[in-house]
Amino acid sequence: MGKATPAAARWKGPGAPAGAQGGRAKPNPNPFEVKVNRQKFPVLGRKARHAVGQPGVSRARAVQKRTQTLLKEYKERDKSNVFTDKRFGEYSSNMSPEEKMVKRFALEQQRQHEKRSIYNLNEGEELTHYGRSLADVEKHDDIVDSDSDTEERGTLSAELTAAHFGGGGGLLHKKTPQQQGEEGEKLRSRRELIEELIAKSKQEKRERQAQREGALELTEKLDQDWKEIQTLLTHRAPKSENRDKKEQPKPDAYDVMVRELGFEMKAQPSNRMKTAEELAKEEQERLQKLEAERQRRMRGEDEGGDTRKPKHLSADDLNDGFVLDKDDRRLLSYTDGKMSIGEDQSGEASDGESEEEQGEDLSEEDPEDSSDPDGHSDLESDMESEDCGRPDREPRQAPGKRMTSGHRARGATRTELPYTFAAPESYEELKSLLSAKTMEEQLVVVERIQTCNHPSLAVGNKAKLEKLFGFLLEYIGDLATDDPPDLRVIDKLVVQLYNLCQMFPDSASNSIKFVLRDAMHEMEGSVEARGRAAFPGLDVLIYLKIAGLLFPASDLRHPVVTPALVCMSQLLTKCPVLSLQDVVKGLFVCSVFLDYVSLSRRFIPELINFLLGTLYLAAPSKHGQGYTLVHPFRASGKNSELLLVSDEADTATWQRRGLSLRWAGGLKAQTKTEANHTRLSCLAVCLALVKHCVLLYSSLPSFHDIVRPLGALLTEHLADRRHPPELQELCRSTLADMEKQERRCRPLICEKSKPVPLKLFTPRLVRVLEFGRKQGSSKEEQERKRLIHKHKREFKGAVREIRRDNQFLARMQLSETLERDAERKRKVKQLFNSLATQEGEWKALKRKKFKK
Amino acid sequence: MERDPGPEGVRRALGRLVEAVLASRGEANAVFDILAVLQSEDHEETQEAVRACSRLFGALLERGELFVGQLPSEDTVMAGSQGATRKYKVWMRHRYRSCCNRLQELLTHPSFEVKELAVSTLMKFVQLEGAHPLEKPKWDGYYLFPRQLFKAVVEGLLSPEDDCSLLLSRFQEYLEHDDIRYHTMQAATGVVGRVADRYPEVPLTFWNNAFTLLSAVGLPRQECSTSSFYVKHVELSRTWKVVHLKEHRKAFQLMWLGFLKHKLPLSLCKKVLVIMHDSILPHLAQPSLMIDFLTRAYDMGGAISLLALNGLFILIHQHNLEYPDFYRKLYGLLDPSVFHVKYRARFFHLADLFLSSSHLPAYLVAAFAKRLSRLALTAPPEALLMVLPFICNLLRRHPACRVLVHRPLGPELDADPYDPDEEDPAKSRALESSLWELQALQRHYHPDVSQAASVINQALSVPEVSIAPLLELTAFEVFERDLKKKGQESVPLEFIPAQGLLGRQDDLCAQHFTLS
Repeated sequence: MGKATPAAARWKGPGAPAGAQGGRAKPNPNPFEVKVNRQKFPVLGRKARHAVGQPGVSRARAVQKRTQTLLKEYKERDKSNVFTDKRFGEYSSNMSPEEKMVKRFALEQQRQHEKRSIYNLNEGEELTHYGRSLADVEKHDDIVDSDSDTEERGTLSAELTAAHFGGGGGLLHKKTPQQQGEEGEKLRSRRELIEELIAKSKQEKRERQAQREGALELTEKLDQDWKEIQTLLTHRAPKSENRDKKEQPKPDAYDVMVRELGFEMKAQPSNRMKTAEELAKEEQERLQKLEAERQRRMRGEDEGGDTRKPKHLSADDLNDGFVLDKDDRRLLSYTDGKMSIGEDQSGEASDGESEEEQGEDLSEEDPEDSSDPDGHSDLESDMESEDCGRPDREPRQAPGKRMTSGHRARGATRTELPYTFAAPESYEELKSLLSAKTMEEQLVVVERIQTCNHPSLAVGNKAKLEKLFGFLLEYIGDLATDDPPDLRVIDKLVVQLYNLCQMFPDSASNSIKFVLRDAMHEMEGSVEARGRAAFPGLDVLIYLKIAGLLFPASDLRHPVVTPALVCMSQLLTKCPVLSLQDVVKGLFVCSVFLDYVSLSRRFIPELINFLLGTLYLAAPSKHGQGYTLVHPFRASGKNSELLLVSDEADTATWQRRGLSLRWAGGLKAQTKTEANHTRLSCLAVCLALVKHCVLLYSSLPSFHDIVRPLGALLTEHLADRRHPPELQELCRSTLADMEKQERRCRPLICEKSKPVPLKLFTPRLVRVLEFGRKQGSSKEEQERKRLIHKHKREFKGAVREIRRDNQFLARMQLSETLERDAERKRKVKQLFNSLATQEGEWKALKRKKFKK
Repeated sequence: MERDPGPEGVRRALGRLVEAVLASRGEANAVFDILAVLQSEDHEETQEAVRACSRLFGALLERGELFVGQLPSEDTVMAGSQGATRKYKVWMRHRYRSCCNRLQELLTHPSFEVKELAVSTLMKFVQLEGAHPLEKPKWDGYYLFPRQLFKAVVEGLLSPEDDCSLLLSRFQEYLEHDDIRYHTMQAATGVVGRVADRYPEVPLTFWNNAFTLLSAVGLPRQECSTSSFYVKHVELSRTWKVVHLKEHRKAFQLMWLGFLKHKLPLSLCKKVLVIMHDSILPHLAQPSLMIDFLTRAYDMGGAISLLALNGLFILIHQHNLEYPDFYRKLYGLLDPSVFHVKYRARFFHLADLFLSSSHLPAYLVAAFAKRLSRLALTAPPEALLMVLPFICNLLRRHPACRVLVHRPLGPELDADPYDPDEEDPAKSRALESSLWELQALQRHYHPDVSQAASVINQALSVPEVSIAPLLELTAFEVFERDLKKKGQESVPLEFIPAQGLLGRQDDLCAQHFTLS
């Protein structure tokens, strides 16, 4: 019975209303209509779909559906015409009639307004004037201006006036005579009139076009002819040409002015010049920003993959911002000689002696900046060529330099030296350039090499200057190993190195890495061979110091600084102190090391060891209580009394002075007193460094364990009262600092880690085995069987439906036949009746006649 | 005998003499001429003479023209009425003996070539004498070896005066042969004992020589069937001691024990200890006999103790040695120098082994962890990179020790309860302390170290970190690694402009150093 629905759907025509609404089972069925299908065995878990049926109801539903569909078709079986209503929503039952009407109206409106092209804005509603499109009118206007006006002046002018002067009257005026003439013959309809008008105007248009083309051809021909003649004219008489020229109207002063104004470069907007306070503020902001960045690197936060893109400098930027990224610089430097932003910046960097002075430089250069863009106009750009721009700049820079750095002597040397230097291609070349010159001259030479080979001047200059950095570094190494070391020149050259490093950070870092690796390699060789190494020369120490000056030493991880730190650690752990010179070197390394970590306040175990060892060397009485010496120091040995003052008298005469780096280079030929003084100075430096360490590390958790050996040794030093009072005071204050630091030991606690989430397993899906013959076959086989089964059932259902349809039809036909028979019977009966009546009447009449 | 000038002439003359002696017994007296040249001052001539002797006596030995048996004195034989052949043989044997004596003397010759030649000649005689023994075998199949001659060679090699390391390395190639090795061990034992008795203060060169020879003796791990003999024998008998590896081991053990029972200089002790676990202990018949030496070395302190640890470990591990207070002594070994000595890797490898047992008491492990972290405050970065994971591994193995890094409800203390001077780990109160040292090292200047120390901030992960690749780490490797590490593309720069070499006014360099 349930199969009625698909069958109905199959027979449902397109126009048939969605049926089967009335056939829904009622909630409270008639108990006599309900048929219960008895179940033979109750099976647990099986859904009984057809336990209860309503045969009467469903049969009625099926019959009703068939009458609506099948019967209809049957009745229309011999008819070929079909009526379809295409009005919108005619067959949709879920729209109310009002809605249908509204929608239909809207559709109609829309159809009218539909545009052929979405880009053509005016197409739908063309503006007209007296039935003519305005576009046409405009076209006519154009032509009026052209050469065709002579012939058709009369008519067109009338039109023109009509167009111009709101000419309803004009057109009427024109139309009236026509109409008057035509009215005489016959009255034409308005439509005919308009058509005529259109045809006329089209014809006119065509004519005008033809005329114009002719005129164009003629002009062309004339031009060609003129060209032919022109050559002759030029050959013959230049005078005539002059005359021609004169004939040309002289440009009016006003016109000239207008043109010039039109072409003139407009003053570009620029920032106003900044006041000194603003500049100072900006500088401060810049420094703050850089400091923040440094702090970030110190904490090592950029290791988490913070990739900063080089920021783009806007055109309005006053480029006072310090640019770290080299790429930026390359972006902004032009290859031709014009002053570029990159240049200005490097210029600033090169003469920036200090921040304030830099600020002043900026204010001096600001007018240049603002005036420069004016010079970039098309007219003047050629005049301002390369050789003009650079020398102009150089002298300007030079006085500033002289003023700020305060080397008046350099002015004199400048005049003697040549102005241009080729960048050295090899170290020997640089050395020959610099050798046998005074310090000032050497500096000037290096400076000029840089200016003459500025990267913005030529393409290869960048590589040249990058090489120059390496050569200068080598030169510094040579100067440091000289006897006596020329430290003053190094001191000044460091500034140049800094500037070069700012320009080429990558190559500079590579050069420094190279020299460090050299030093380490040498040391590693002797460590491998003998287990220890001698302190390296002064050059390595100076390289280490320079690395700290050029690169931010506080970074957690830096490509140059970190290896340099390891290198210093090696110096302090692998090099035994064998002489007073070694002590000076070691103390210098300690100072450099502490300078490296001055901002980051990081902990250096080796340094503490070294200071402990050095203090031990100077301890007058060695008890060895409370401390253990660490490699490379030994408790006993020939060098264990290296820093002991041999003569008491020298203690009194000693005055505290800074240690000279020269002693580290080559300390020799000292008298006994001098040696004693050096010893005391070393001790003083060592004590000062100890004090510094104590202050630096006071916040470390196990501070007291770190400094306990130092404290023990200092107490030993104090116990023996042979030291100068100044040093004793230093010891005492250091000890006091140590004690002052409170001992607080808070137990360590791990950070709470996130609780590990319970492991969740996704449920494992297992096919429930069906018991029966379907089991055991493959998936495809099962699918096939299922389909076959389904097909069989469907087929049976379809056959059943067809059979029922046929039964229904037969029933209908039967009832039709019965109906028809009954009708005929009824009609025959009626006929017989009427005939009988007629017969009866006729007989009655006949009877009457007889009677009469 | 005419003397041609130059070694060429000498050689030709000696050649003629040798030919003559070998050709007829009548020319036998020419031997004296040859032996006379052997005494020559000239190195070249001496060498030629040695070669001639080698040829001459080699041929005589092969021919069997030397007297076999107990050698009677020359005079009695000459005076006696034996046959001429016997007289000749006895006489020639005496010449042979004097030749050998001279060759032994030459072992102390200043020229290395002469020494080398003398050794090879003597070894050739040893080989020939072994093949054609000059003694009568006591019974059939009796093993005969020229012991006297060979002992003399070994004695010459172990000279108390000269450094014979070159000669010994030359001699080493003979030690490939089983019989030579066996007899060398026997001879060396005797020589060492005699020299040690003879001198009140044994010279260092002797010890060095002895050690070079002893360490050159290497026994095969397993008994191999095809034993190589220097002296060619027709047939090897199983009754000979020399063919058994067990006997070799006994001899080896006797030799080393005899050597080590003397008071050796410290440097030699170190050398012995370095090869102890690898080349000595496995070959001893009874390795536990080495315990005396190892204990003595372990008690010596310093680097020697560290080295003795290895041998002790093998004894404890494989030979069931019970060592009282082993961990206490190990604890005592930890001092700041362990991070700086050459044998750091070996020591920490062993310490890792010793502390790998999970049955150790927590107080002991805590004491070790605390001691190591205290020492880490003085260590260089390469050692820190190794010892920090080491400490963390200890904490991982012994969850009871995790209070050292995680004590949630502990009271705040005034001082560290740990007593660094206490020798007994049980009394050091390490378990009450915390590893504040690691917290301090989180501020270490080297990023890797601070990273390694920061591990304790979180709960320790379960798997242990293998320290094997970190053991041999050197500072140079750390340096290279840092140098090659690729960071961000641009190198950060210092933004404060440099003003001079010594930096700004407040820099320490500028404060304490001047350029003038």
